[in-house]
Amino acid sequence: MTIEEVQNEIIDEFSMFEDWEERYQYMIDLGKDLPLIDEKYKTEDNIIKGCQSKVWVHANLEGDKINFTADSDAIITKGIIAILIRAFSNQHPTAIIEANTDFIDKIGLKEHLSPTRANGLVSMIKQLKLYAIAYQTQLN
Amino acid sequence: MLDVQKIRKDFPILNRTVNGKPLIYFDNAATSQTPQQVIDVIVDYYSNYNANIHRGVHSLSQEATDAYEQARLKIQKHFNAKHSYEIIYTAGTTHSINLVANGFSSLLKKGDEIIVSALEHHSNIVPWQMLCERSGASLKVIPMNENGELILSDYDALLNEHTKLVFVNHISNALGTINPIEYIIEKAHAVGAAVLVDGAQSCPHLKPDVQALDVDFYVCSAHKMCGPTGVGMLYGKEEWLNKLPPYQGGGEMIAEVSFEKTTYAGLPHKFEAGTPNICGGIAFGAALDYMNTIGFENIAKYENELLDYGTEQLLKIEGLKIYGTAKEKTSVISFNVGTIHPYDIGTILDKMGIAVRTGHHCAQPIMDFYKIPGTIRASFMFYNTKEEIDAFIVALKKAIMMLS
Repeated sequence: MTIEEVQNEIIDEFSMFEDWEERYQYMIDLGKDLPLIDEKYKTEDNIIKGCQSKVWVHANLEGDKINFTADSDAIITKGIIAILIRAFSNQHPTAIIEANTDFIDKIGLKEHLSPTRANGLVSMIKQLKLYAIAYQTQLN
Repeated sequence: MLDVQKIRKDFPILNRTVNGKPLIYFDNAATSQTPQQVIDVIVDYYSNYNANIHRGVHSLSQEATDAYEQARLKIQKHFNAKHSYEIIYTAGTTHSINLVANGFSSLLKKGDEIIVSALEHHSNIVPWQMLCERSGASLKVIPMNENGELILSDYDALLNEHTKLVFVNHISNALGTINPIEYIIEKAHAVGAAVLVDGAQSCPHLKPDVQALDVDFYVCSAHKMCGPTGVGMLYGKEEWLNKLPPYQGGGEMIAEVSFEKTTYAGLPHKFEAGTPNICGGIAFGAALDYMNTIGFENIAKYENELLDYGTEQLLKIEGLKIYGTAKEKTSVISFNVGTIHPYDIGTILDKMGIAVRTGHHCAQPIMDFYKIPGTIRASFMFYNTKEEIDAFIVALKKAIMMLS
């Protein structure tokens, strides 16, 4: 699936929820299911700056696709990063770099997109794209 | 007695909704809300007499100057300073602290010591670290105990003839502890050290008398006491303010200027370079009027009731731990629930219209002491109610349920 297709799938899932409680409960559940990062990657270097909670992200290249793993000490943040990783994992670096992230708005999480928001969703997106840029350079 | 329902009508913002729910504002330790009486003063200033002060020959300038200086007198009276020129307008607490720290860099030498407390806000640690780097002085820290109280015997042991300055907050922003500043000041003076007290968190709740305290410097921000942001004050004893060099150069702070030599203006203008926050200063005075009309004794009594009630209700929640259990504290409750991240609880509470602060509250050393990433902090003002606390408890329980 392309990033856009995955994003549309996520939008469909969120469209079933009637209110914020259901949306957040779903995010919390996604957070609990997030494939955990290997403990050895939970280093200071892998912490994304700009988050009130700690977020660790690790990326590795399999063939020409990037896989992301992550963790956070806050469960809602974990849910948000689980959504991002689902959209961006197993994709080619170029597709990740070019991907837009409007779907965050469409699933009712627009409030998390503010650059000053303490959870640092914007920083997370930036970090995932930076990994993509790095691996794209490597692939070339 | 304080009529909270009547008081609430003074604050237009308390009528709004957030995420479809009535706003419950429990982030007062970050900034307080503004009553209509103060908003009116701001509107009146810009509608009727906005002008630059101290230098215009025209009527508007004179009116603005009078109002601005009138407000300085109100601040003087409120804090019981001996002279009005001992009140310096600043942009707020942080600015005031930096002004003093900068001034001390010319008074300190290698081997001198500065004492700060473990309960400080970042803004209170960084300027002193910078000062120590510049002057070669060293920084000593008064440790705290598990309740969030300063260990005074350790403080006594830190004091010596090298101590030049002691810096402590009157009330901790993260924990609400009221520090025994009378004792701290007396002991510091005994070794000849000056004392700077950060009153950012105390001034909304009590009325310090700088002469009775015999404090050398006392600082606060208007926005935590029903005034606007971007204005605050530095009280300094005349002798100390005369010893400190000017902080910034500019208009207003000079007496005579030539390319060979400039002589500085006297107090308070020496420290008030440039066009100040004129409207802010006037509104600061109005905010003090507003709070004094309610009365600080009434405020303290009522807020203590809120603190006791909130503490009692919160402690009924299983797994909830309150940080900062000092005997003397103000209406600030810092807590965590089990291992739930404070950020998660804060996010869910916001969805239910409740504003609290989460995180390290710019007091990382305190969080390190307790080995936690941060806390949820609910801080009450005299316009909050027990009914709001009840609604907060219900919302908190719901958040815990969702997050567990």
